[in-house]
Amino acid sequence: MQQHPAQYGVLFLGGVVFGIGLILSGMTDPTKVLAFLDLAGPWDPSLAFVMGGAVVVGLVPFAIVRRRTSTLFGTPLHLPNRRDIDRRLVLGSLTFGAGWGLAGFCPGPALVSVAMLVPEAAIFTAAMLAGMLLFEVLERLKRRRSN
Amino acid sequence: MTIDWIHFTPGPALAGGILLGLAAAALALAYGRVLGISGIIGGLLRPERAEVAWRLTFLLGLLLSPALYVAVATLPIPVIQADTPTLIIAGLLVGLGTRYGAGCTSGHGVCGLARRSPRSLVATLTIMAAGFITVFLLRHGFA
Repeated sequence: MQQHPAQYGVLFLGGVVFGIGLILSGMTDPTKVLAFLDLAGPWDPSLAFVMGGAVVVGLVPFAIVRRRTSTLFGTPLHLPNRRDIDRRLVLGSLTFGAGWGLAGFCPGPALVSVAMLVPEAAIFTAAMLAGMLLFEVLERLKRRRSN
Repeated sequence: MTIDWIHFTPGPALAGGILLGLAAAALALAYGRVLGISGIIGGLLRPERAEVAWRLTFLLGLLLSPALYVAVATLPIPVIQADTPTLIIAGLLVGLGTRYGAGCTSGHGVCGLARRSPRSLVATLTIMAAGFITVFLLRHGFA
């Protein structure tokens, strides 16, 4: 499969813009994240504007992608097409949400905070990578058992 | 419910959110991929050679973003209240949960909702509910 070199430019700039968006929005500040998740305390609703703004901006482009069979560069699309709601989705999301509420970090802001040389973010990210690796190991064991 | 007006920052939040949406849209249109951080990292933990380069290119941009941000504005230095054991437990839960749930706040919360995916809507509502409940129990439950 041929990749266009400009696609790598988009990927790199996409990472830069996404990171700047996370910093500007306040998502890289766990205190702000936890103030948003604390409905019973003095509630800071700012982060609702982050997701709201992002989703509204994405609606039209994603609707365009949906009607296409390839990217703007003619390469194949790799977008998810599952529509079923299974137990893994719900239990996984519950687990993630609990971890998010514990420390105020989710994966993107944690990585950006590591690059900002925040030591707590490095501890969190190391544990997060261990959790993801554990998932891969458990999945491989499961596959081997079913073969 | 009381609103914390002093710390309420709808302007930067909205501007940052727009940037997140633009980056996600660019990745979908130009590369045909969902901009989901947990999925992009998680895919690197699998031995598939064709999957490595694009993920690393995106992550390189993400990791360089603070250095570029500091060139034009002051980098906000976060205050972290969680102690080390909490950070480790939280990290493990986030790592496992995002992979089992097939996405995090970016893949489900931004891209999935913009794609109007029913799976992502359920995931996002579940993530938020779990976050609200966890913070409630920690701050108001065990007093």
